[in-house]
Amino acid sequence: MKQFDIFLGKESGAGGAGGGAALRPLVEVQGLRVNARKDDGSQVEIVKNVNFTVARGEVLALIGESGSGKTTIALSLLGYARAGCHIAGGQVRIGERQIDQMDEKALLAMRGHHVAYIAQSAAAAFNPARTLMDQVIESALQHGVMDKASAMRKAVELFRALALPNPEKIGERYPHQVSGGQLQRVMAAMALVTGPELVILDEPTTALDVTTQIEVLRAFKNVVKELGTTAVYVSHDLAVVAQMADRIIVLRDGAVRETGSTSQVLHAPADSYTQCLLAAASPAARVVQLREILPETMPAEARAPLLRISGLVAGYGAPDRLGLPGVRILDDINLTIQRGSTVGIIGESGSGKTTLARAVAGMIAPARGSIQLDGETLSPTLEGRTREQFRRVQIVFQNADTALNPSHSIGRILNRPLSFYHGLKGDAMRRRTAELLDLVQLPASVIDRLPAELSGGQKQRVNLARALAAKPDLILCDEVTSALDTVVAAAILELLAELRRELQVSYMFISHDISTVRAICDDIVVLYAGRMVANRPREAMMAPPYHPYSHLLLSSVPAMQQGWLEQVAGAGQHKLPPIGAIDPSPDICAFLPRCAQRIDGVCNVVPPRRRNMEHGGEILCHRSDADLQQSQTPLVPVEGVTI
Amino acid sequence: MKALHDSTGSPAGTPASPASAPARRVRRHSTMAWIGMVIVGFWILMAILGPSISPYDATAIVDTDVFSGMSHKFLLGSDYLGRDMLSRILFGTRATIGLALAATVLASATGTAIALFAAFSGGWRDAVISRALDALISIPSKMFALMMVATFGSSMLLLVLTAAITYMPGAYRIARSLAVNVQAMEYVQAARARGEGVWYIMTVEMLPNMIRPVLADFGLRFVYVVLLLSGLSFLSLGVQPPDADWGSLVRENISGLGEGALAVIMPALAIASLTIGVNLLIDNLRSKRAAKE
Repeated sequence: MKQFDIFLGKESGAGGAGGGAALRPLVEVQGLRVNARKDDGSQVEIVKNVNFTVARGEVLALIGESGSGKTTIALSLLGYARAGCHIAGGQVRIGERQIDQMDEKALLAMRGHHVAYIAQSAAAAFNPARTLMDQVIESALQHGVMDKASAMRKAVELFRALALPNPEKIGERYPHQVSGGQLQRVMAAMALVTGPELVILDEPTTALDVTTQIEVLRAFKNVVKELGTTAVYVSHDLAVVAQMADRIIVLRDGAVRETGSTSQVLHAPADSYTQCLLAAASPAARVVQLREILPETMPAEARAPLLRISGLVAGYGAPDRLGLPGVRILDDINLTIQRGSTVGIIGESGSGKTTLARAVAGMIAPARGSIQLDGETLSPTLEGRTREQFRRVQIVFQNADTALNPSHSIGRILNRPLSFYHGLKGDAMRRRTAELLDLVQLPASVIDRLPAELSGGQKQRVNLARALAAKPDLILCDEVTSALDTVVAAAILELLAELRRELQVSYMFISHDISTVRAICDDIVVLYAGRMVANRPREAMMAPPYHPYSHLLLSSVPAMQQGWLEQVAGAGQHKLPPIGAIDPSPDICAFLPRCAQRIDGVCNVVPPRRRNMEHGGEILCHRSDADLQQSQTPLVPVEGVTI
Repeated sequence: MKALHDSTGSPAGTPASPASAPARRVRRHSTMAWIGMVIVGFWILMAILGPSISPYDATAIVDTDVFSGMSHKFLLGSDYLGRDMLSRILFGTRATIGLALAATVLASATGTAIALFAAFSGGWRDAVISRALDALISIPSKMFALMMVATFGSSMLLLVLTAAITYMPGAYRIARSLAVNVQAMEYVQAARARGEGVWYIMTVEMLPNMIRPVLADFGLRFVYVVLLLSGLSFLSLGVQPPDADWGSLVRENISGLGEGALAVIMPALAIASLTIGVNLLIDNLRSKRAAKE
């Protein structure tokens, strides 16, 4: 405890000493240039003459798309360049240290002591064979900052400040015994334990689910405020940065596009690229005009559902006594997709979204339930399906990089479904391929190229074109925009909406990102632990009352405005109502352990039933509409987002 | 991992030094590959042309001077019967490389085919095939070869089969581990969801993406087969007279070893140069690929 105070005192002492030197910021980067070596040995400049300063106690955000050089710049503050790169010029000063003049040994002594780094993937940053405490205090012991007992005391202090559960004991656990969000916070403790002058956070919440992200952000924010830490926050997500940063630097292709205070960049962006980023971050506003509700005048036959999934159960493991799989990934899924409409499937990682798409595509055989396409039942496995059925349901995968065969040219990739399903060849095939490329807005010149020669967005367009080549009725989109930069993702979403209007194709749109689902879908299905907790039309979904989990999800999405994090309810803010022992039946509500509206004696004993809601759609919950409405705090209204 | 001071220390020198370092490395790699290619190319040429350009008939006893050294008459000395060693080695090249090549092609092709099938179908089929081939791999190769030769007698066909069976499980292992990775790729999943047949997926979607490591493994396996067959010949269980490969040449001249006769050293050197050449070639193909990735 004493050590901790000393540490705090040291920080403020240093701040006091720097009081006269308010002119002299803690970090000063001038004319930084970083070069990378290409395959042919030539040099390419990936960071071009970047200048910035960070004042003591300030949080500076570096924001940009992939390839903008934001991580490279952050790493150069450690005097480090990734393999194949090297720092070609410029001055980097942190405190009294001139980073660019230091040798490897001095840099080693500085890293993890005076400058600390928090990486994106905590899971990859921890040694699975050692306890968390060992790893958290390792840098303090290695740099001889303090003895073991005081380091451990300080670590516990940090665990407490980071709102980790059971701070005294959590250090005894191993990395796999805590959740991803907790591990990310433990990594923050690891970085802060030596009392560094500067902390670099490199996309620390990008790999986390949105409900976890909010907890981690809140913990980071508190600890940064409490310790007065100076930080550089690297992110691609403007909404997250809005919560954390005092100042923002917008980067593109290794050059600074705009520097300004957070509110200035968010509300009055000067640079055209920043404006573009801001527009792309709220896709709903742009795609909404392209969205069309099915005309009600269609004949009854045509309105028969294109896809009907009923009672679907899928999973793995030894079957239980009812013949259901021991571990259920999907449990009792019922949904219909109308012709020409889009159904969004939303849920966190592990909720069974991808399994659902694969079950519809026939790649995972469900244990129970049926999937009907236009009234005819589809075989649960690939073997029993006809080529016509294959043609009508196409799947587009998340990773455009791995979904295209790297040894086939784009032309060959697009030709295959044309000849396979439609028997096209020669000129007819060439014409159709050109049409397809035109449809997804790619130049005809890409035909002879290999996938590796295209950008991520272009690859995703090819992916889409391959699905369209079959002339399908239903396209299963599995996180198609998740791996893409915001601007590119927004363009793909627009393309999807346009194609739907032109070709009357239906989508099952799977995503973890509620704003993309909101932008494109007519109906939204919320999955939690394989259970369908809500299935409602979009308008109903976005207005109270919500299913408790939908509410948590919606309120966890960061809004692009400062101070949102402080206003919002979100996860971990409320004390959960106490409940008794939970019935071990697998049908008990899966959200129960996290539910703020659970009822003791009901939720933990009786499995919830699906019931219709007044404003449309159905949810899986014991609470009545009125109950839910009363207890749910309204969402923080966000400007620029149309529901 | 390059420290900052490496480059900023001498700003003027920076453009030159990093640019020249990779260039030098690239050239060194290709030199080694070239040496390997020249050696391998030479021996393949000799396998084709050898008997027609050899100075003497390989079986003709030219002189009574046995185990002679280098001379104008015998460029590489003479053997224990006074036959020309150069002609003998050229004659043996065809058996050595031909048999090894046939056996390796057989081993790699069947191994890869079975691996593709096992990885693609997965489940119990994969398990059964893998365990069966693991059992095969556990039999020592020389012992297995001895058993085969002892049971069926030595013939060219049997030697090829024996070497192929011995080295097929290894090829299977490599190819399967590659195929399992490729199989999990989304483009293979996409092909399955499209309703493509097993054959199409295996040959068109999967094989092109695993062929390079399989080819590198082919080279390595070829070296093993050469060594196995030469070893068998050295034990008089391989190629039988009047045919000869390099292993049997070493064997028949072994009595000259005490005198340091060229007749026993030269075929051994031939074996060494071939294996080293192949290794140089595939090593550098490999590291080029690694550098690319």
